[in-house]
Amino acid sequence: MAKPPNNAKSAPKHKKGAAKKNKSTSSGVNAEDLLRFYRQMLLIRRFEEKAGQLYGMGLIGGFCHLYIGQEAVVVGMMAAANKQDSVITSYRDHGHMLACDMDPNGVMAELTGRRDGYSKGKGGSMHMFSREKNFYGGHGIVGAQIPLGTGLAFAHKYKEDGGIAHAYCGDGAINQGQIYESFNMAELWKLPVIYVIENNRYGMGTSIERASATTELYQRGASFGIPGAQVDGMDILAVKAAGEKAAARCRAGKGPFILEMKTYRYRGHSMSDPAKYRDKEEVSKVRKESDPIDNLRDKLIAAKVADEATLKDIDKDIKAIVTAAAEFAQASEEPDPAELYTDILLEA
Amino acid sequence: MATQILMPALSPTMTEGKLAKWVKAEGDKVASGDILAEIETDKATMEIEAVDEGILAKILVAEGTEGVPVNTPIAVITEDGEDVGDIGVAAVKAPTPAAPAAAPATAAAAPRPSSQPAQEPDYSGPTVHISVREALRDAMAEEMRADELVFLMGEEVAQYQGAYKISQGLLDEFGPKRVIDTPITEQGFGGLGIGAAFGGLRPIVEFMTFNFAVQALDQIINSAAKTLYMSGGQMGAPIVFRGPNGAAARVGAQHSQCYASWYAHVPGLKVVAPWSAADAKGLLKSAIRDPNPVVFLENEILYGQTFDVPDDPDFTLPIGRAKVERPGADVTITAFSLMVGMSLDAAEALATEGIEAEVINLRTLRPLDTDTIVQSVRKTNRLVTVEEGWPTAGIGAEIAAVIMEHAFDDLDAPVARVAGADVPMPYAANLEKLALPTVDQIVAAAKSVCYR
Repeated sequence: MAKPPNNAKSAPKHKKGAAKKNKSTSSGVNAEDLLRFYRQMLLIRRFEEKAGQLYGMGLIGGFCHLYIGQEAVVVGMMAAANKQDSVITSYRDHGHMLACDMDPNGVMAELTGRRDGYSKGKGGSMHMFSREKNFYGGHGIVGAQIPLGTGLAFAHKYKEDGGIAHAYCGDGAINQGQIYESFNMAELWKLPVIYVIENNRYGMGTSIERASATTELYQRGASFGIPGAQVDGMDILAVKAAGEKAAARCRAGKGPFILEMKTYRYRGHSMSDPAKYRDKEEVSKVRKESDPIDNLRDKLIAAKVADEATLKDIDKDIKAIVTAAAEFAQASEEPDPAELYTDILLEA
Repeated sequence: MATQILMPALSPTMTEGKLAKWVKAEGDKVASGDILAEIETDKATMEIEAVDEGILAKILVAEGTEGVPVNTPIAVITEDGEDVGDIGVAAVKAPTPAAPAAAPATAAAAPRPSSQPAQEPDYSGPTVHISVREALRDAMAEEMRADELVFLMGEEVAQYQGAYKISQGLLDEFGPKRVIDTPITEQGFGGLGIGAAFGGLRPIVEFMTFNFAVQALDQIINSAAKTLYMSGGQMGAPIVFRGPNGAAARVGAQHSQCYASWYAHVPGLKVVAPWSAADAKGLLKSAIRDPNPVVFLENEILYGQTFDVPDDPDFTLPIGRAKVERPGADVTITAFSLMVGMSLDAAEALATEGIEAEVINLRTLRPLDTDTIVQSVRKTNRLVTVEEGWPTAGIGAEIAAVIMEHAFDDLDAPVARVAGADVPMPYAANLEKLALPTVDQIVAAAKSVCYR
């Protein structure tokens, strides 16, 4: 899986099949885990669909970046995480919150800008946090979460708490200079951080080929000596297996690791994206052939882990959770006007 | 259950749109993700997808219709075997009308802290005579001894002992885990420090000069200052950004800027600018203990100047409190950092001409100690502000506005500003001199507001 990144000259040319290497079997994953992953991915899918609906109804404002299509990445990575690990990402973040076990009600209520949202309605779609769940946001400046995540790793190492940081960014962010500043310090100081690059092929409307001089993003740490691997981000078991290897290396004090997740988003960059930069066939082909939820569903049935009836029950459960979240998010009141001037500074 | 499809809002600003085209026809089966229709918004043509599966039972708005308001029902989707007549009961809940917005508060109506920060403690114990440089070092060393979570990082802070020798001896005492040389990567280690603060540590990040901190400005503002608010109070960043600010001597335009007003503009930051060694020590200790991000603006020329400092590891100074360095009844002069010394020199000169100036050492630029300035102006009825940075949108401009708001009737003359020249800092010795405030300028400004 891990490719030696040290010799840039031997970097392979773009290989379509590279991502296939991490297709895993379900070895080491029990039926209960598989069903849990299915539930978690489905929760994200249905939650995001509902968010899209609420946006259409004008109940969610501003920017709203949906995670639909990429569910296997964060659910697979969280399957490889320990409780003390910290997670940080950018603005396509609802999936990460749900995968960190944050309450769907609180997330949805933040999307609607209500007082019971995770940030009391003051953060919105892009800015939610949970100290309790070690979720550190929710950041809106492309790439800026990577130095922050590197700092979380610094804190793990300093406090010797055994945790590692999971710092996510997209293929669009990967050309920001501060990411390489972070790579340098992380390897220099052997910080326990996994950089998860969610390569969904488009930074907003610009395809990776039009934005990146080199498109094998797992090699972007090569000049710092950071190993990387390319993973089929549509296959949750491949993600989990890669995440476990990377995490083990970090926990052993060997420094950072880069995982490039080849994934895809079905929806636009944000809600107001007319998606003229890719054709519909491309989207429907991925949906049809590589959907992470359908794939796992097929596996569950083939392995007789679950039958249609069980899966239908799960569907129903998830739908109920999401419906309840949407209702909660509409019933919750707007923040008290007095909240305008709170949470600016802590009492010294 | 039948559901209505509503005209969606497809951008942050859309209020109505054109139903350009129906992709599905009445009676068509639709699955989750299928494109139903195309909508023209104020920005682009967008598609709307089905969320649930069912039958497109009825189209309520014909294609080609313009100006369809957001949330108008445009179609009905039924489950298999269901009648369109059911829609009455099952309509999608209309959005709840937003609560009436509170009247926007004006700046003046913003709540001010009900209680002033603690008064400066009366100190009558022994003092030591040390430089600002030593005072800063002692403050960090004492706080690092007291709290394991405090560490120092920056360029050349460890083995080199500090580019300006502020961290002299700290590596020896605390070791490389807590005194960390960084690569030259301000945005990177600025952000890393903030992440470490989120993670529970108490970083002190030294910038070799605040001119270089501009590379980290995004992190300081967007990550350090705003996150507490964006997180509804959950995620504060207890961090100190410190280093020399403003002009040294003959280092040119890119190494000589005063950034005081840049940082003072930002809610979520505290901004401190010490003058004396006692200021430096007492305020830096408070800054390190503070749970908020503090921008601590030092001055290279002051590093070597010596002052009496209380010889007591418990000595701190409250952030948010100005100090009247010299009382006087005729004119108020506000200043911070290096300009405090020059203002005191100006006050000496003014005294020889019979004008008693009250010199206020601001110490903190955010939150500004408005009360101390207002009280002084109520007494003197005249105000001169002094700063090394540019006048436009500067600290003096802010103080003039504050005084107009709070003490307009007390003023006997317009507020006068003394500031650096509104030019990039020149290199030539004579030009640089012309670009920086002088004692003579302060004296002249004070005399002018006294109509002398």
